[in-house]
Amino acid sequence: MAKTLQIQSLRCGYLGEFELKSIQFEIKDGNIAGIIGPNGSGKTTLLKGITGELPLKEGKILLGGKDLSKMSLRERAQNIAVVTQFTENADLTVEEYVLMGRMPYRSSFQFFESEDDFQLAEKYMKQTHVFHLKNKMMSHLSGGEQQLAAIARALTQEPKLLLLDEPTSHLDITHQLQILNLIQELAAGLKLTVLMVIHDLNLASEYCDYLLMMKEGELYKQGTPTEVLTFQNIEEVYQTVVITQTNPLSKKPAVFLVSNKVLKQHKNE
Amino acid sequence: MKNRYLKWILFLAVLVVLLFISIIISLTTGEINISISKIPAIFKYKSGIEYTVLTQLRLPRIIMAISVGGALSLTGTILQGVYRNPLVEPYTLGISGGGALGVALAIVLGLVNSIGAFVLPLFGFAGSMITIFLVYFLGTSLGKGSININKMLLVGVMISFVASSIMMLLMSITTSDNLHDIVFWMMGSLDEPNTSLIKIMAYAALLGLVIVYFFARPLNALRLGETKARHLGINTSVTIRFLFIISSLLTGICVSVAGVIGFVGLVIPHLVRIIIGSDYRIQLIGSFLGGSIFLLISDVIARTIIAPNELPVGVITGIAGGFVFILVLFRQKSISK
Repeated sequence: MAKTLQIQSLRCGYLGEFELKSIQFEIKDGNIAGIIGPNGSGKTTLLKGITGELPLKEGKILLGGKDLSKMSLRERAQNIAVVTQFTENADLTVEEYVLMGRMPYRSSFQFFESEDDFQLAEKYMKQTHVFHLKNKMMSHLSGGEQQLAAIARALTQEPKLLLLDEPTSHLDITHQLQILNLIQELAAGLKLTVLMVIHDLNLASEYCDYLLMMKEGELYKQGTPTEVLTFQNIEEVYQTVVITQTNPLSKKPAVFLVSNKVLKQHKNE
Repeated sequence: MKNRYLKWILFLAVLVVLLFISIIISLTTGEINISISKIPAIFKYKSGIEYTVLTQLRLPRIIMAISVGGALSLTGTILQGVYRNPLVEPYTLGISGGGALGVALAIVLGLVNSIGAFVLPLFGFAGSMITIFLVYFLGTSLGKGSININKMLLVGVMISFVASSIMMLLMSITTSDNLHDIVFWMMGSLDEPNTSLIKIMAYAALLGLVIVYFFARPLNALRLGETKARHLGINTSVTIRFLFIISSLLTGICVSVAGVIGFVGLVIPHLVRIIIGSDYRIQLIGSFLGGSIFLLISDVIARTIIAPNELPVGVITGIAGGFVFILVLFRQKSISK
């Protein structure tokens, strides 16, 4: 099976500060990969390395076999769409915002959107269930709606790779599941490869085909959720005691957290 | 969205009509009032004192008002787009002040007589350019880190103060001939006897609008912030640097022909945004036309309010602009709440 994203011995990071070391992994077409790990382990830095916000010091990133460093910014934007975790406060309507996804396809001489642009925007707004909000201002939307609109904008870029930075943070479980179910549908339906930073280990386990577990700027473990989410790995990386079991329906690992109080009681017994 | 394009066309049509009306008002009012019905005949026979007044006094002023007003307002729009803040404009960032200092230096050094009038826009541009990069570097903690808008506005105000103080110094040590010129530049006026400078101004303003319009797409992307604009394939650092250069060029030329006229770039883009929204494809043209109309009308007021004497046009725009500045500040507060 073809591999959309290949990262080869990547080293990147901030000048003289934290950096990622020897990162190597591949993601298959249409798969959802999750980056997990404690705060400061380099999850967002890895995303920034792939978007080009941080220059690579070593290594290569291949997208569909093409070297990213040889692509122009515009070509990159036609292949990679990014959904950040920051909310949108510009005074834009949802439709204007989603149409911005077509920018990488317009030259400086094309001042106005084409009929195709409008149709694509409409199609993806419908797919992400924000079409009825198209004339609302972005800043007036709830967090969940903003996230959906951001995904619609990302899709109108028609990328091969979708990068998401904690798409479900600050959302209640209804909206968390709505967004992740949508991402799952999109990955399958559009053959879209997804790489996302995700904090919640149980959601990561349920929705990701492949997990990348980071620790102190290095890739500690990678593989399927069952391979990565063992209690030994989690305890080693997060320095916390957890219990792992198998979700009876999905057969994927589920992680239980234990409070100190319970742990002490347990030890005394 | 497609209805929006219709709205844009309508908006532009209204502006063009308003501009036309302002031109007529400006042609007909002044020390001698000339009625509209007589104007075609005056231009037909090309003689008489009224013809001289129209072609030698009023038309050049109208061209000045349209191009200076348009250029300043355009520059304000660009700077507000780059900094993502509605309070920045050539005047509040000290760019006009820096440009004026450059022009004053050229006058005191006597370069106009030895080299030619075109050194004025050149020195204006140099002064504006130095200021814009100074403000940028000081406002972003020497180029690193994110833009600190409060710091930058303060730096801009300080540069304005320093520039006008140095101009005072130049005034106190220079000849009385130069003195008059420098005062004129500090107060701002559309009275420009040198026709080649008026031509340079008009071409620069129009060319500026055309060039900047090609940056409508990157400016729109910048509404989402630099990072997200880059994600949309926009080379933000090149865009921002280029827009800085264009801004200082336009401001420098404006200052060299008309002196420091404040707040045009603040008032007009703000009104345009309220009326038609922030899409730069309409904002750029709308602000240009709006700036032209605003300065034309301000000039008519400046010429007539204390007739037969004339007020510097910067007084009118300054009063209007000061109020709008405070208004924007309060609106911003209420939005962030």
